[in-house]
Amino acid sequence: MELLCPAGNLPALKAAVENGADAVYVGLKDDTNARHFAGLNFTGKRLKEAAGYIHQHRRKLHVAINTFAHPSGYERWQYAVDMAASVGVDALILADIAMLEYAAERYPHIERHVSVQASATNVEAIKFYQRNFDVARVVLPRVLSMHQVRQLARVTPVPLEVFAFGSLCIMAEGRCFLSSWLTGESPNTVGACSPARYVRWQQTPGGLESRLNEVLIDRYDATENAGYPTLCKGRYRLDGARYHALEEPTSLNTLALLPELLAANIASVKIEGRQRSPAYVEQVTRVWRQAIDRCRADPAGFTAQQNWMNTLSALSEGTQTTLGAYHRQWQ
Amino acid sequence: MKYALGPVLWYWPTETLQDFYQAAASSSAEIVYLGEAVCSKRRATKMADWMAMAKALAAAGKQVVLTSLALVQSPSELVELKRYVDNGEFLLEANDMGTVNMVAEAGLPFVAGHALNCYNAVTLRLLLKMGMVRWCMPVELSRDWLDNLLTQCETLGIRNRFEVEVLGYGHLPLAYSARCFTARAENRGKDDCQTCCSEHPLGRKLYSQEDQLVFVLNGIQTMSGYCYNLGNELISMQGRVDIVRLSPQGTETLTMVDAFRANETGKHPLSLQSHRQCNGYWRQVAGLELVS
Repeated sequence: MELLCPAGNLPALKAAVENGADAVYVGLKDDTNARHFAGLNFTGKRLKEAAGYIHQHRRKLHVAINTFAHPSGYERWQYAVDMAASVGVDALILADIAMLEYAAERYPHIERHVSVQASATNVEAIKFYQRNFDVARVVLPRVLSMHQVRQLARVTPVPLEVFAFGSLCIMAEGRCFLSSWLTGESPNTVGACSPARYVRWQQTPGGLESRLNEVLIDRYDATENAGYPTLCKGRYRLDGARYHALEEPTSLNTLALLPELLAANIASVKIEGRQRSPAYVEQVTRVWRQAIDRCRADPAGFTAQQNWMNTLSALSEGTQTTLGAYHRQWQ
Repeated sequence: MKYALGPVLWYWPTETLQDFYQAAASSSAEIVYLGEAVCSKRRATKMADWMAMAKALAAAGKQVVLTSLALVQSPSELVELKRYVDNGEFLLEANDMGTVNMVAEAGLPFVAGHALNCYNAVTLRLLLKMGMVRWCMPVELSRDWLDNLLTQCETLGIRNRFEVEVLGYGHLPLAYSARCFTARAENRGKDDCQTCCSEHPLGRKLYSQEDQLVFVLNGIQTMSGYCYNLGNELISMQGRVDIVRLSPQGTETLTMVDAFRANETGKHPLSLQSHRQCNGYWRQVAGLELVS
């Protein structure tokens, strides 16, 4: 089982490698990837350095080109694939079937991974990508229960990768327009959800307000911790009741499921967080490295250690974690 | 311009659906989509019921398209989908790449629904090769995006090889989840949902803490709070769009088809209100905005 860690810059990438990542995934410095944030990601020059460092340490480098190519500026996505290929990356994480076709024709020797943004949630969808683009891996969206992951793992013709830890998308990824509904910009079109430039904080007599493009996402009293106004984690009103109608601020943590994921023959566990600091990457990678090694050595005796859980919780949104859709009752 | 009635995205009882489609048979819509697109737990209306309604609509001169689930997660859902693929009579709308795979393997034509991620002409060229005959644009895309895409289609020589459809009326499906938000609103999990969405024929309205209508909850689907209405945008659709889809909100949607048709040249503009109706996506701004 591969441990796949995120990096938004070279220090994070090095932290991942030093702490035991088998592979690292990155994005380019433009809207061709779904973490298109200011000050983040790799230019061509940095990508080359990253590939050099990774290969020197005998790890693997994956590049996420996982937004959908615009009809104007289409070349930008082709160029991203070309650039990644030219520095010798090990895998391309692609969402747009146009890009899967392009990569399969031009660079058949580079592994193609179906991005979570492509929303392949069933075996027929996996076969679709295999048949048409000879993909080497499919990243599963965070909408399947552990039972469904197991079922799929038994019949899939392509190795599977799952999200193990990090920010929790509660919608089928790549098919969520909540962000563009409020701001005009979505992960699919600009590579960002609830973009920072639409966020406004304001202290009012009623509490601290967080807004996204002027829509009130939440209001906090003095005793509450305020979180980033990701719109699916806001507090709304329904019939007079105020609550987190979609989801609470929380992160996914599947550490407790590790033996089951291992038994299901999952090829790779992915840590979310290219937008997070090198310190986050370092700590999360270290915990997961230890956990995977421990689990491999003794799957039956494996338990998620409390100190691991504490470290991960402290790095989580709202300092709480959930098993998300893997746990049927969450649904 | 042709008009299509999209599938009913709400969970209505079979009798309500039968009444609706009986009325639809005598409406001016040329195309009718029907079937369950949201949740496989909505089992009250069986395939035989859908087929009977489809046949009656076809007999009334409508082009009928059977739609399919957007989020397909379990083997049992695939088994059920296969029955629709093999229905032997009606065109199928694919809303998931898995469904595309099944129709393509069966060598059948299909409509690429708006829940498929088609953002450029190269993607459409691939789907064309697999049997796509019509494309319904993703709901978050704009007139300008469509323009650019159609220009790209011309370059690729595929501009006239499929029909272009735009969802132009109704609460927009914005997201799909493993979680059922209607059940959550009643403090229940999805396994114990008791199909409570059937008690909310137009979903549940979700407001911000300052009473702005933000979303409508429809089971696992999160919809736009405001009703999308492109009735005053039809002139800008000329030469770009072949079919306008209206998503049923009730029998008044049948009257809305006539209102759209009457305003194709802008002579009978619809009276729209911001914070109730919107057209932002088409105008390439935030979806919830209404641009006059």
